[in-house]
Amino acid sequence: MTIGLGHFLTVAAILFTIGVLGIFINRKNVIVILMSVELILLAVNINLVAFSSHLNDVVGQVFALFVLTVAAAEAAIGLAILVTFYRNRGSIAVEDINMMRG
Amino acid sequence: MQSFAASSFGLATPEIIVAVGALVLLMVGAFSGRRATNIVGTGAFVVLLLALIAVAFLPPSKNAILGGAFIADGFAKYMKVLVLIGSAAALALSSDYMEREGFIRFEFPVLILLSTVGMMMMVSANDLISLYLGLELQSLAAYVVAAIHRDDARSTEAGLKYFVLGALSSGMLLYGASLIYGFTGTVSFPAIAEVVRGEAAIGLILGIVFVAAGVCFKISAVPFHMWTPDVYEGAPTPVTAFFASAPKVAAMAMAVRVFVGAFPEIIHSWQQIIVFVAILSMALGSFAAIGQRNIKRLMAYSSIGNVGYALIGLAAGTPEGIQGVIVYMAIYLAMTLGAFAVIIGMRRGDRYLETIDELAGAATTHPWRAFALAMMLFSLAGIPPLAGFFSKFYVFAAAVQAGLYTLAVIGVVTSVIGAYYYIRVVKVMYFDEPRPAFERMAPGAEAVLIACSVVVTLFWIVPAPLVNSAAAAARSLF
Repeated sequence: MTIGLGHFLTVAAILFTIGVLGIFINRKNVIVILMSVELILLAVNINLVAFSSHLNDVVGQVFALFVLTVAAAEAAIGLAILVTFYRNRGSIAVEDINMMRG
Repeated sequence: MQSFAASSFGLATPEIIVAVGALVLLMVGAFSGRRATNIVGTGAFVVLLLALIAVAFLPPSKNAILGGAFIADGFAKYMKVLVLIGSAAALALSSDYMEREGFIRFEFPVLILLSTVGMMMMVSANDLISLYLGLELQSLAAYVVAAIHRDDARSTEAGLKYFVLGALSSGMLLYGASLIYGFTGTVSFPAIAEVVRGEAAIGLILGIVFVAAGVCFKISAVPFHMWTPDVYEGAPTPVTAFFASAPKVAAMAMAVRVFVGAFPEIIHSWQQIIVFVAILSMALGSFAAIGQRNIKRLMAYSSIGNVGYALIGLAAGTPEGIQGVIVYMAIYLAMTLGAFAVIIGMRRGDRYLETIDELAGAATTHPWRAFALAMMLFSLAGIPPLAGFFSKFYVFAAAVQAGLYTLAVIGVVTSVIGAYYYIRVVKVMYFDEPRPAFERMAPGAEAVLIACSVVVTLFWIVPAPLVNSAAAAARSLF
């Protein structure tokens, strides 16, 4: 059996779903949410590279490189905000993010 | 593929001005420390004005530059003017508030400038990559700005919430973008529009749905609105004013670019999504705001509802509909900034107040301010002859022309229901027992309030410049 585009897309779809569920089901720790976000972005990268190879078009790989760069910036900013939040509340549990209704 | 040298950077002058200005001001702030805070604030304002002049004098061009990634057409020009005005007004509202609350920092104007570059990129994006990069530049700066008051638990919580949900929505938008790329073989909007004709593949539809979800989050349309009330309430008031103004305009422009620019031929596949989202947003915006006591939260629900009305124009998908969206966002900008100028002025001693009850009797203690806020609220409710009536009129007329009768009727009904909570605030101001007076308004907030009041109350005398240029901007997309 050869591994084709469909397999890559399936893996990416599974990773994406795990990432989204990780954000919604997780009730414990904000760090897990940051990991889930990374998982989503990596799923997108697998998609982009698989399509790029399938279409024989380099734009997808360029897009993937940009996504990697932005993902790094996003993680840095997320952790920075998390640190300021921890300083104020002394906790990073998801159930403690509740000062405002909703 | 166009060679890089052949591309002309001239059309991107406004973006270059703001980007270089942000970096220079960052250096100034970093090397001279606290002393430079006011210089950086003034400098940022000047940079925005310079960019506004550059936008105004650049002739719109239909040719995309930078390898087809960037386009400065009439639509982009109009939206960039709105974005720059929104950012400049937010800066004008902020300095006095931040100084009194004790968290004035030079980073804030720099972050606003970076966010503005991102918004201008979103407005001018002509392919999926530049759209994503512009969106992320805008959002990453906005997450930090929401948490700018870093010793305040509410502000940091707002930043964290905004970050988590924003990152999720960017991920969804990106997943959709990857599917669109895969099923069309290109990232450029005009090329996608060439490829996509007739019946769309299921993978492509999936991609459009994911992109729509990401876009709906950024414009805070239902069902992706849940962050809006919390972030608006938790963030410092000038930051809330910023979030409610320029980024909303830019995100709406991005939605128009994606749907009308890339998928004009398969309008039937995305029209249902937009109609659905518009109805839910209008309904939630008018019902959920009724019980609110915090005026920032009220404005959050109001902005959700307003986005719903603007989406009616997008759902029509015609040049008239897009003209309606543009006019709507221009007038919405004036109404929101005006309302927030009054909210920032609600200060007794050192305390900034946020509950609606504190406005009681403001008509006797501050007749002009109360009158201005009443005009903003009547306009948001859509009462003629104020500007808000005309903005709604244009989108409803476009919806009727496009045959979306149900949508237009639901829009009229929800705007009548929504009028209740706007008028309740007016009732509190005019008929309740007066509370002690507020302090004098800061000059920045006063200037913004006067400018917005003039636009909102006198729009009906000379509507032509705004409306005709919006029509020309909308035509540049078709």
